[in-house]
Amino acid sequence: MNNTYVSRVGLCVGITLIAAGAVAQEGNMERGQAAAASCSACHQADGSGMNVPDGESWPRLAGLDADYIAKQLHDFKAGRRDNATMATFANMLNDQQIADVAAYYSQLPATQGQGGDEANETLLARGQQLAERGDWNAYIVSCQSCHGPGGKGVGDTFPGIAGQHAGYIHTQLTAWKNETRSNDPQNLMGAIAKRMSDDDIQAVSAWYAKQPASADQESTQ
Amino acid sequence: MITCPRPLVLALTGCSLTVGIGISVYATSVLAQEERADAALNQLVHEPPTMEDLESADIHPELKKVIRYGHDLFTNTQQLRGENVFNDMNCSSCHLGEGRVPFSAPVWTAAITLPDFRGKNQHVNNLEERIAGCFAYSMNGVPPEYGSDEMLALSAYHQWLATGAPMYPDKPIYGRGFPAPEEPTEDPSYARGETAYQENCSICHQENGAGHYENDEYVFPPPWGDGSNNWGAGIARLETMAGFIYQNMPLGQPRSLSDQQAWDIAYYITSQERPQDPRYTGDVAETAERFHGRSLYGQTREHDGHVLGDHDNFGEKGDIKPWNVGMPRFENLSEE
Ligand code: HEC
Ligand code: HEC
Ligand code: HEC
Ligand code: HEC
Repeated sequence: MNNTYVSRVGLCVGITLIAAGAVAQEGNMERGQAAAASCSACHQADGSGMNVPDGESWPRLAGLDADYIAKQLHDFKAGRRDNATMATFANMLNDQQIADVAAYYSQLPATQGQGGDEANETLLARGQQLAERGDWNAYIVSCQSCHGPGGKGVGDTFPGIAGQHAGYIHTQLTAWKNETRSNDPQNLMGAIAKRMSDDDIQAVSAWYAKQPASADQESTQ
Repeated sequence: MITCPRPLVLALTGCSLTVGIGISVYATSVLAQEERADAALNQLVHEPPTMEDLESADIHPELKKVIRYGHDLFTNTQQLRGENVFNDMNCSSCHLGEGRVPFSAPVWTAAITLPDFRGKNQHVNNLEERIAGCFAYSMNGVPPEYGSDEMLALSAYHQWLATGAPMYPDKPIYGRGFPAPEEPTEDPSYARGETAYQENCSICHQENGAGHYENDEYVFPPPWGDGSNNWGAGIARLETMAGFIYQNMPLGQPRSLSDQQAWDIAYYITSQERPQDPRYTGDVAETAERFHGRSLYGQTREHDGHVLGDHDNFGEKGDIKPWNVGMPRFENLSEE
């Protein structure tokens, strides 16, 4: 990577896959565990979060990319991502603590997603189609073209979404669709979500919730 | 978005004009509706069937299997890596949406327009030979044999996508190829292209254009460098690259760049190195003269004096020569 070049063109280094690791603050897992004490009421001690049907689901943080987690916490703090609950908790953390909790949660083993049990076969098939092949008639690009094979995430820009809770995936896609979440780089996620119907959102949320979040999980299932 | 139930094919009937892919692509612009309506008046608008349609289609189950295999080869061509494919791409890396999407060189078009004369190799080509062309250049590879299982499956997939479209149509085909945006007001600029690439594209394709594989699995293809298509590929031409970018990138946001940006970025990308053209004669100037009217091959890059294509790096395939390149055809007819 050519850093002098990057600064010359005035890029936001943090947004590229390879560059972000280089600028991220070094996180410490032990300090992170301590700082995460106030988070476990919702995200749970093992970072598994909780699916809350018809409510505000708490996302699984265990096993998510550290730089992605840190970016979200900075976004909550700065108001780029708007959520009253999380704004309060993110504001309690300074930059070092953000790096620490991010490091801590990222190394916890990913847990299985919850929710989506009400989805029937047809809906799940639609979910799988959107995830793996997209629906180009509506110009919905497959989720895996950005979130990677199996939806397991790509670098620190494209978070893993497989094994995330159905309720949480649902609220996020709906938020992008309604323009209440817009902290994604280059509107990459928003452009896709806006083309999805409510059924599409339900389908893909249910399908991803049932997929393994990591390779380890796949082999133990 | 799509406002009427989609019949398998609307090409011939001209049925409802609100149907078709590509429309919703430009859902943000009111022009989209008009564009399609206009197009259907004097162009062939065909909506290829989907893989879901295949399941319910009334065709022999053995044919379905072969079409499914063709689709699989098209979207995961990396399964032929080291045998037929020597770069980091799938067919669908350039022919987006499984080869069905307008303005992303939908591939069914070849099934209804070939056999025909092709300027690139100066003889009449059929569908298999057209596919072989993309293997030799775009995949920097060596095509599967004519009539092989892979070739048959790929052509079956292409042909099935054309289901219901007329053979040798008498009208231009809507959304064919990668139509270039309007000529830019200013000459394309390497420096502006570089900046715009880093801002809009590097998040996926990387700053150095190498693309990105995650845990050895394909995610983002490389627009230049050893893992990309070679110099002989259609997309290495400035105009085709500008068209591809304008119509398809950034992923999920077609026609979101300005004409000028698309040309600038195309100029920047086509000014980078990639594997040597398999038609290389050993001399860059001669190869440029014979084959490269519309790419920057053989030209000197202004900022560093590098002559594009002046190397003998053929990428991962080394000195293997694709058997179809320069293969003579119809010699017995050439007297006439
Ligand atoms: C009262 C419940 C609650 C507590 C306590 C809480 N969170 Fe959250 N958290 C949420 C909810 C709800 C969301 C989803 C917000 C949304 O919909 O945008 C969330 C989202 C997040 C996200 C974004 C995840 C993603 O995948 O994008 C991160 C990171 C996060 N929380 C970290 C923390 C940390 C660190 C703490 C402790 C300092 C914490 N949270 C405390 C409820 C909580
Ligand atoms: C063009 C690229 C692209 C495509 C295609 C795409 N996404 Fe995303 N998605 C992103 C990016 C980038 C983010 C991270 C946003 C951020 O940094 O806040 C994201 C974030 C998400 C999140 C939030 C995750 C979290 O932990 O908060 C969900 C859920 C999601 N995407 C679901 C999907 C689904 C489902 C699909 C397919 C229908 C899809 N995405 C297709 C780019 C994409
Ligand atoms: C690097 C980009 C790239 C890749 C990868 C690629 N192609 Fe192409 N393909 C092109 C371009 C460029 C054209 C010419 C479009 C035009 O007419 O301007 C084309 C044209 C075609 C056509 C003719 C379409 C028409 O309108 O007549 C077919 C068929 C085709 N490709 C099949 C394939 C197959 C099969 C593969 C995989 C083995 C493949 N392509 C891989 C770039 C690519
Ligand atoms: C969100 C990620 C993303 C962004 C941003 C993006 N691309 Fe792509 N690009 C892709 C993917 C994925 C493909 C291949 C499509 C497939 O495999 O389905 C692709 C294909 C291509 C190709 C054809 C294959 C190759 O590598 O030569 C070119 C050229 C290209 N993109 C150029 C660009 C340019 C120029 C930009 C910026 C204007 C851009 N892309 C922005 C994801 C992206």
